[in-house]
Amino acid sequence: MLVSSRSSASRARWITWSGFALLLVVAPLLLSSGLSITILSQIGIAIVVCLSYNMLLGQGGMLSFGHAVYSGLGSYMAIHALNAAAAGALPIPVSLVPLVGGLAGLLFAVLLGYVTTKKSGTTFAMITLGVGELVFAMSLMVPEFFGGEAGVAGNRVVGEPFLGISFGPPIQVYYLIALYTFLSVAGMYAFTRTPLGRMLNAVRDNPERVEFVGYNAQHVRYLAFIVAGFFAGIAGGLGALNFEIVTAEVVGAGRSGAYLLFTFLGGATFFFGPIIGAVLMVLAFVLFSELTKAWLLYLGLIFMFMVMYAPGGIASLIMMNVRVARFGRLRGLIPHYVVLALTASVALAGASALIEMIYQVQLEGSDAALRFLGVTLQPAQALHWLLAGAVLLVGGALFEWARRRFARQWGAVQEDIELRVRQMEASA
Amino acid sequence: MEFFVISLLNGLSYGLLLFMLSSGLTLIFSMMGVLNFAHASFYMLGAYMGYSIGRVTGFWVALLLAPLAVGALGALFERLALRRVHRFGHVPELLITFGLSYVVLELVQLIWGRLALEFHPPEVLQGPAFTLIKDATGALGLAWGAAPAQVCQAAGAVCSPFPATRGFMMLSAVVMLVSVWLLLTRTRIGLVIQAALTHPETVETLGHNVPRVFMLVFGAGCALAGLAGVVGGMTFLTEPAMAATVGSIIFVVVVVGGMGSLAGAFVASLIIGVVQTFAVALDYSLGSLLAQLGVTLSPALQGNTLVKMTISQVAPILPYLFLVLILIFRPRGLLGTREG
Repeated sequence: MLVSSRSSASRARWITWSGFALLLVVAPLLLSSGLSITILSQIGIAIVVCLSYNMLLGQGGMLSFGHAVYSGLGSYMAIHALNAAAAGALPIPVSLVPLVGGLAGLLFAVLLGYVTTKKSGTTFAMITLGVGELVFAMSLMVPEFFGGEAGVAGNRVVGEPFLGISFGPPIQVYYLIALYTFLSVAGMYAFTRTPLGRMLNAVRDNPERVEFVGYNAQHVRYLAFIVAGFFAGIAGGLGALNFEIVTAEVVGAGRSGAYLLFTFLGGATFFFGPIIGAVLMVLAFVLFSELTKAWLLYLGLIFMFMVMYAPGGIASLIMMNVRVARFGRLRGLIPHYVVLALTASVALAGASALIEMIYQVQLEGSDAALRFLGVTLQPAQALHWLLAGAVLLVGGALFEWARRRFARQWGAVQEDIELRVRQMEASA
Repeated sequence: MEFFVISLLNGLSYGLLLFMLSSGLTLIFSMMGVLNFAHASFYMLGAYMGYSIGRVTGFWVALLLAPLAVGALGALFERLALRRVHRFGHVPELLITFGLSYVVLELVQLIWGRLALEFHPPEVLQGPAFTLIKDATGALGLAWGAAPAQVCQAAGAVCSPFPATRGFMMLSAVVMLVSVWLLLTRTRIGLVIQAALTHPETVETLGHNVPRVFMLVFGAGCALAGLAGVVGGMTFLTEPAMAATVGSIIFVVVVVGGMGSLAGAFVASLIIGVVQTFAVALDYSLGSLLAQLGVTLSPALQGNTLVKMTISQVAPILPYLFLVLILIFRPRGLLGTREG
């Protein structure tokens, strides 16, 4: 029994990892336009940085407001290394430049992390904020290293092409990023299985007991912080190669905040959660921000909503439904999900029509018409405001009705599952 | 001398403004364990509301109404959102206020636009509160209000005015502090608050509604931030970036002073306010110091950024350097009592 479950678990692991590798290889073949290659490259980078952030938040319980310091300084070191390689001063191939970023992230984490990890919890959060501000303010003061307002630019085509690979075309950079992404994800997953990774979880859950067992909680946090800094630096180095320019915003508070927001949205309690968050982050920054000017408002509202109702992020929502499906009860919930999605989209359409009209009035004046979901809205006409408000109210009311019905059903399903689990435990 | 006095007063007034903010933050933190990341957002809301209400009712009514409105919004947020995540622990509490800071920033830009507002102080507070006059002989004189023009234009005389808005900032901070202190120590509700701080269960058993006390404290903390916002917005700039500029500084103040220590926050606010104000005014660099000591540097070294960098250029990072130093040498903060 035990042997067969272990071998099936290892088979599942093989399938997951080879599926992930296959996805990384095949994705640019399926989505081969220039824009989608750029997006895929950025997603690869974001996956590494969000997972490294989750080493702190999810696995160590350390809420950092300054993770961009390590990815950003990694970017700067990588671009300087690239420029040095181009000038012939540093004999390294382009494919190893991200490692330079990783080492830089590691070194700065050794240096700054010593101060940062002296505390845990809320104080830790504020210190990371302070260190982040410190580095960002420094970036404007030392133009030699940070390049001032314009940033530091580079050219990733250095030296002779090797086997036809010059890293000039975006697709070649994508595959380099994909390779680093795969290795980093595997490395970070392996970290969670090491004794240090396990101790980190223990430090998150109960630092006092860890101290009693004889470990130094502060030391465990410090080591984990260094490892997270290394992977953040790799992501930064990949970013430097991808964009070929590094500006001061890569160490800024906005970037750190985005890592936090999306890692949490993806789900900090599961290893794969930040991967979902990373995909969402890139899509939000590249596509959603083009679609609407109010995207930060939506993002903030969605985030607050998630903190209140689903603190485990999207990953926990998925896993909850996987559990339901495993007991064969998902089929009964699907009609509820359809009704929920329909009513929610009606309410959201009304709400976002209102928000978009307010933005239109604020930015363009009330005379300008607005295209919204295929409808032309005139902010000058009171009727349109009333209509949008009515759609919001009707949709909201229907959603609340559907939500209550769903909550009843969901509760019944969960009770049933609990009962069956207990029965199985009793019979085993 | 007159430079020193005026800078000291400027620094003290800035420090007192910081304390108006950090006191609310500390109060909320020591009471509920919640670090309100959106505290500076409420400060910004105070400034904007003060501006809007002030255009209808005049400044003095707005000074009263805007903090009340901000406090009501804060209490509403506590009731609807914060209370719901309270059971998840402190990190989700911090996260939801973090999300709120995004939403408030966007809403402010949505309602009032992205440009700085012209939030002028009222007639009484325009111009200097007093002027220090140093005449040609070096003797110091003091004139209330603006000094007569002929005195300042006299040969060798230097006039250093101290803005009335700064004076008003100090006055309102002190009045606010004394009344909060009296409220906490001399009134019944203050005693309930103090008791709920350490023994929430006991207070609840005695028949007090502790969640409502928490809501009131959160609202009151936000109202203090709103009051600071009206005063700060009138003195400095009322713009969407004002929350970010002051936000990270007040977190530094709270850590440096010692988490949950009001007295520590007071000392740290004043130190940071004074140090930053003096630093901005000092135009010395490492290079000029060495030159005064008679050390001649090679031209390459003279062009070095670190050697050329003046204290005024370093001013923005001083609070954070201070934070790092405190953490290394006195991890519990200046007057903090709790370790860890």
